[in-house]
Amino acid sequence: MSPDGASSVVVPTPPAAGGGAFALGPYIREAGPGRHALDFMVEGVHCGGCVARIERALGAEPDVTRARVNLSTRRLALEWAGASARGDALARLVTKLGFRLVPYDPLRLADAERDEEKALLRAMAVAGFAAANVMLLSVSVWAGHFQDMGAATRALMHWFSALIALPAILYAGRPFFASAWRALKAARTNMDVPISLAVLLAGAVSLHETIAGGAHAYFDSAVTLLFFLLVGRYLDRRARGRARQAGTRLLALRASAVTVLGADGARRALPPEHVTPGMTVLIAAGERIGADGRITAGASEIDQSLITGEALPHSVGVGDGVFAGTLNGSGALTIAVTGAGEDTLLAEIARLMAAAEQRRARYVALADRVARLYAPVVHGLALATFLGWWLLGGLAWQPALLIAVAVLVITCPCALGLAVPAVQAIAGGRLLRQGILLKSATALERLAQVDTVVFDKTGTLTEGALTLVPDPGTDRAALRLAASLAGASRHPLARSLAQAVPDAPVARDVVEEPGRGLGRRTDAGELRLGSRAWCGVAEAGESEATGPELWFARPNAAPVRFGFSERLREDAAAVVAELQARGLAVELLSGDRPATVAAVAARLGVARWRAAQSPADKCARLAELAADGRRVLMVGDGLNDAPALAAAHVSLSPSSAADLSQTSADAVFQGARLAPVLETLATARRAGALVRQNFALAFGYNLIAIPVAVAGLATPLIAALAMSGSSLAVIGNALRLARAPSRVEEQR
Amino acid sequence: MDVLVYLIPIAIFLGAVGLGAFLWALKSGQFDDMDGAAERILHDDDEKP
Repeated sequence: MSPDGASSVVVPTPPAAGGGAFALGPYIREAGPGRHALDFMVEGVHCGGCVARIERALGAEPDVTRARVNLSTRRLALEWAGASARGDALARLVTKLGFRLVPYDPLRLADAERDEEKALLRAMAVAGFAAANVMLLSVSVWAGHFQDMGAATRALMHWFSALIALPAILYAGRPFFASAWRALKAARTNMDVPISLAVLLAGAVSLHETIAGGAHAYFDSAVTLLFFLLVGRYLDRRARGRARQAGTRLLALRASAVTVLGADGARRALPPEHVTPGMTVLIAAGERIGADGRITAGASEIDQSLITGEALPHSVGVGDGVFAGTLNGSGALTIAVTGAGEDTLLAEIARLMAAAEQRRARYVALADRVARLYAPVVHGLALATFLGWWLLGGLAWQPALLIAVAVLVITCPCALGLAVPAVQAIAGGRLLRQGILLKSATALERLAQVDTVVFDKTGTLTEGALTLVPDPGTDRAALRLAASLAGASRHPLARSLAQAVPDAPVARDVVEEPGRGLGRRTDAGELRLGSRAWCGVAEAGESEATGPELWFARPNAAPVRFGFSERLREDAAAVVAELQARGLAVELLSGDRPATVAAVAARLGVARWRAAQSPADKCARLAELAADGRRVLMVGDGLNDAPALAAAHVSLSPSSAADLSQTSADAVFQGARLAPVLETLATARRAGALVRQNFALAFGYNLIAIPVAVAGLATPLIAALAMSGSSLAVIGNALRLARAPSRVEEQR
Repeated sequence: MDVLVYLIPIAIFLGAVGLGAFLWALKSGQFDDMDGAAERILHDDDEKP
């Protein structure tokens, strides 16, 4: 659940492409005789309340047989009796509640990895069951060594152990065996090779001992080893699973259909990938534009903030170009398509992102780097022990093999396999409680190395919305009148103005002229609210420096000007100062106009800033920094930041960000404050220290245990104690992170 | 100590029943939506619309 869950209100997304604009047809499946099923991803579900609203609305329909929202994955499974055409109407019911629905094909998203996660959990359950039971039996055998247990009773215990352990090893070890086999087939070696060897050999040798009536069996070591390793593996996999889940929402941006006007005047809804240049596309007010094009009819304003980071919508008219992914304002538009699908700016951004991500994928996690060194050393050691005892020590090959197996079991990277996942799971949980969702498994490691922080401006340092600049000279009555007019519009500036005077009544009969302003006829004459030109005020030269503004004209009175400014996030200046105090370099990269960026940079005390940056420019700047040996943390939210987020060493995104940006960011934070950036960095540093301590613990234990094992002194009791002891020490060390004081207390 | 011959299998069998119950719960989707399950208890399903 999101931390703001209890209080969160459903955010009504702009109505998507009008009713029935989704091409639902291909997604509807037969779910039995006369029944159909459909799966959606739902945008805007935050808490149980949203789940209940959707399920009740759908459940009230008599023909709906199943409607279930999964809050964790934000998916809706819908099933109804009757014709497939009903799907449209049912989807519209949910859209009306203010949620955006995107249909998807569950078969195409066949969660191979999710199945794998479940398989790991099953293996873990089986291994845990076996470990607990075999350990009980083993404890009695060990006690029997000191209390004269009869050979027959010991053999019985060993046989029971074998009966539990061998099937469990074969079942629960499969993930390791499969991975080891793949590595061996490719003539490589990985951590799973020594694990598989140790477990299988320990099982086989113990069975041999049991049949021969020997005193020592390693069944407990084999299954506990598997259990601990599976715990680590499962934690690791779940962290990755969360990242992938966030990734599937990427589809949401592309899935809305495009309304195409045919040569015969008929309207058809087409998926964006079927739109070709030259087609005529209709865009309703408030709709997200599905293709790049040139306007042939209509006027409106376009919210380009996702693409360029500009806070203010652009007025557009006939002949102007528009880009896919931007949001249309208050007027309907007709455009001639110049680029669609793979040719659009949106697709270009996605390509930049993919390229950047490929570069970053080369980062090798610390645990993997350790594993590369570890496997050959362990193999060599076990082999040397075997050969040493057999050829030089004068033992027969069976006892020599037993000693070599003890070496393999003891050196098995049990604690090593837990060292990183345990810390990551606890750090992830700690951050999650503060509204920070870690999406990438290696994000913590990379965050700990950061020495430069690059911020985007709009929506990251600022709150995105504009606020009215208070001017004591403004006539209160005029402000009130203007606000009542503004209440009738969805334009961002009008909304900010209306918010500034919350008690002003919303005026009726307001006419909106897209891209120009609002007008209302009264008995005394016309009231006008809008651009400078709309209110008949002479153009005053450089308008950039004055910032966004609205003018208000009344009959028989001089026009009044309302200025607006971007509001910085509450703690933006404090966070920037704190970062600089910690010795991190801070930079500002924005797609907005230079004057605005300079003003924000000055208020925050950021000396290095660049304005008017395209997505490619941002990537280039990051590459420059990387070439200087800088490890950059990119914090951004816009679609224009998505490639930069993917290109940076590590990246953060506010939860208000565009889907694509959240997808490419390594972590997402919630709330109106920037403090999570500091908290994330502090936790990452702490986690990095703990991981290094854990490795030191694991290696230190090996330094003591290996000589004992090589000397042939490691009985199953010693092996079990050493292995469990080191694993528990590593987990206990990781747990210190959960109890560590938060960043604020640390500074005092 | 002959009783061990019965007691150990019984203990293991009881443990296996627990394991089976967990695997069944996993398979039947009881763990698919951990966040949602926590909230569903608060819904008033008996509320007549």
